[in-house]
Amino acid sequence: MPGFPKKWWPKKSRPLRRSINMASLPITVERAGLEHRARNFLRRLRSGDEIAHLITLLAAAGILLVTGLLIYELFANSPLPRQKFGWAFLAGRTWDPVMENFGALPFIYGTVVSSALALLLAVPLGVGAAIFLSELAPPGISNALTFVIELLAAVPSVIYGLLGIFVLVPTLRTVVQPFLKTTLGFLPLFQGPMFGVGMLAAGVVLAIMIIPFIISISREVLLAVPVAQREAALAVGATRWEATWRVVVPFARAGILASVFLALGRALGETMAVTMVIGNDPRISASLFAPGYSIAAVIANEFAEATSDLHLQVLIELGLVLFFLTIVINALTRLVILSTTGRGTAH
Amino acid sequence: MASRNTWRKFLNAFMFSLTGLCAFTAVGFLFFILGYLLWNGGRALNWAFFTHLPTPVGEAGGGMANALVGSAKLLLLASLVGVPMGFLGGVYLAEFGGRTFSFFVRYTTDLLNGVPSIVMGIFAYTVVVLPMRHFSTLAGGLALGVMMIPIAVRSTEESLRTVPQTLREGALALGASKWKTVASVVVPAAIRGIVTGFVLDLARVAGETAPLLFTAFSNRFWSLGWNQPTASLPVMIYTYAIAPYEDWHRQAWAAGLVLLLLVLVANIGARLLVTGRMSVHQV
Amino acid sequence: MIKATEESPYLEPGVAPLARVDIKLRVAGLNFYYGAKQALYNISLQIPAKRITALIGPSGCGKSTFLRTLNRMYETLPHARAEGKVLLDDEDLLSMHVVSLRRRVGMVFQKSNPFPKSIFDNVAYGLWVNGTRRKAALAEAVERSLRRAALWDEVKDQLHKSAYALSGGQQQRLCIARALAVDPEVLLLDEPCSALDPIATAKIEELLFDLKETCTIIIVTHNMQQAARVANVTGFFLLGRLIEFNKTEIIFKTPAKKETEDYITGRFG
Repeated sequence: MPGFPKKWWPKKSRPLRRSINMASLPITVERAGLEHRARNFLRRLRSGDEIAHLITLLAAAGILLVTGLLIYELFANSPLPRQKFGWAFLAGRTWDPVMENFGALPFIYGTVVSSALALLLAVPLGVGAAIFLSELAPPGISNALTFVIELLAAVPSVIYGLLGIFVLVPTLRTVVQPFLKTTLGFLPLFQGPMFGVGMLAAGVVLAIMIIPFIISISREVLLAVPVAQREAALAVGATRWEATWRVVVPFARAGILASVFLALGRALGETMAVTMVIGNDPRISASLFAPGYSIAAVIANEFAEATSDLHLQVLIELGLVLFFLTIVINALTRLVILSTTGRGTAH
Repeated sequence: MASRNTWRKFLNAFMFSLTGLCAFTAVGFLFFILGYLLWNGGRALNWAFFTHLPTPVGEAGGGMANALVGSAKLLLLASLVGVPMGFLGGVYLAEFGGRTFSFFVRYTTDLLNGVPSIVMGIFAYTVVVLPMRHFSTLAGGLALGVMMIPIAVRSTEESLRTVPQTLREGALALGASKWKTVASVVVPAAIRGIVTGFVLDLARVAGETAPLLFTAFSNRFWSLGWNQPTASLPVMIYTYAIAPYEDWHRQAWAAGLVLLLLVLVANIGARLLVTGRMSVHQV
Repeated sequence: MIKATEESPYLEPGVAPLARVDIKLRVAGLNFYYGAKQALYNISLQIPAKRITALIGPSGCGKSTFLRTLNRMYETLPHARAEGKVLLDDEDLLSMHVVSLRRRVGMVFQKSNPFPKSIFDNVAYGLWVNGTRRKAALAEAVERSLRRAALWDEVKDQLHKSAYALSGGQQQRLCIARALAVDPEVLLLDEPCSALDPIATAKIEELLFDLKETCTIIIVTHNMQQAARVANVTGFFLLGRLIEFNKTEIIFKTPAKKETEDYITGRFG
């Protein structure tokens, strides 16, 4: 750091003599040299800028340290599965704590499929709502409705889970799944026994949880589209919907995409709501009615009662996999956002 | 031609109605959640909920007094971890930061924000539970505290940035040093945004369950001190909801209502205080 | 050091010299850079003590940059630097301790910028931040400064109200009081009336007349009539250069340089 005194303690063996006749000097001159240095430091200290800079810098560095420590701890506490399974861990399909045979695929599958299903449901609904809120609703109503929708993001995951277990699952089991089976049962997606819990339930719950993010960001991005764009389309005779769908939305598509990635990141990491409705069965099935398992859910369920060191470390390894998934999605989100700022208002 | 225009007009009306339906469905979700909890939770809520300990498994009655206290203790610890580091880090980024270092700090803060809460729990487990060889409030507090940091940093930095540069110049021109300017003019000018950011942060962390499952774990009794496992409101909701007892389900609804009301009140209050400044994608 | 025999910029050949004035600030060969871009070219002038000096010129001519050099406000910008000689009472301004400099040279900004504090705390801020904590001393200084800024009578009963409750003109006078509280020798004003109505402007010009008895005043203004009304000495800046610097009557009635005449008569600006 520039200016920060490197040594403030006096160098012991440096005499203060130069080309001065020592006999004429009072003894206090040498002490004066040290006093001067010390006073200089104290004056800088009293000005406080250096301290403030240092303290805040340490706090910022602390954040880097904590993150580094987190990554380190995840790695350092999961060597066994890497030794035993290597990369094959990611493709393994068995999950047998007793025989100590573990594979991550069912959980990766469950995480990805439940999140994909959530996006499938949430994106049309979310973008549609965002279009309404930005194009059609008058500003006061739009702001009020958005305020309420954004509160959805504040609802804790476990409460979604609560409603999931006692409201969603019975509804799926008694109404929705039979309906889907009778109408679309030829698809392997909608076959098999209908428990209510399963991939479909997880997808629906996740969809409701991520909708506020899609709506909030997409609405802002749509509002930011220059009025000139809309007016140009309307001037050539387009209906309001055509102007919106063919001009405004494409203009905003990078921002909408960014919101989708952000929502995906949230969905991948969701734990409680998912584990309460997904069925917690580590199997890979084509049917959405079948129970499944997600990475976060298995960690939540089995961590506290892991049967062996390997079991525990496998769960930590799964945490690492999840962490990397979210890092990748995070990077993609940033890339999308960067590409918008680079282009400015151009297409 | 006329029929094509009729179709276009119809499509216009239809699609906008559809989007309106989407918007009101989304709004409806919140009211449904709130209403259902008010109905089910309100019926089960009673004085005993706030004052009694949980009864032994299978027995009816009892309450969640220990979970309420436990959550309060966890949030206190989380604030002690998250607020200072978040605040000072935010001050650094807004007032003192050098260009490259600040970039890394922001990037890392973003990264930390994206870490799934369950992974945060694993982190606290490896750092606190493993060395101590048992679950504790400390571990839970650490997990929640680290989760608080990124948002605290971001809200502090953004609030400080809204303070106009001319205010800083005014203080500097009077002979104030940089840190005095920040401490006596800039931070007080931004304090509203900073505090509401912390309140929202705390509310978010209050509802987190996953990081507590194997750090603070749970406790059927009072948790004394800081290194025993402790009950917490979200974990109790989870435990009771997945159990096979009707009575526990009722108590889960009650607890869910209390948690939801606390979180919503904090959110609505904070957002109204800083009308419209914090939007959901910053949380 | 500028020698005493050097030509005083106030003297017009063939005209009787000014009565002797003390020089408060001597600037010689000042060059100012924002990074690689030069903003001020070889500025040399002498600011008289206890007089009002006005700096005029079109937008972007460097007059505000010059003003901000005098209390080193540019130091908040990473790549700004000033080279040359600037002397405050024979002390090198560019290398003295910046906090002591700013106590001697105060500044009032274009748009009033009161702190989000009470009126009292605003005015007392300069003293408070430099160590004065005794309530009596602060109260006395606050009253003195508010009187000098012609604001005391209007706010004496509401010292603990927020500064934002005041009108625009009152807020600017509050900022002047705040700057005066530390008893500066020089007061820099950067277009202080540009955001104010004519009545508020007149009030501030009036108080500048009173202030110059005790304080050297340098005011940047894009309003030529204001300079003509208020200033003893005027400097005309153009594109980073000081074109002419002389008594106000000479600048406005018989300017020596063609650029000055063009600006005064409104041919550009």
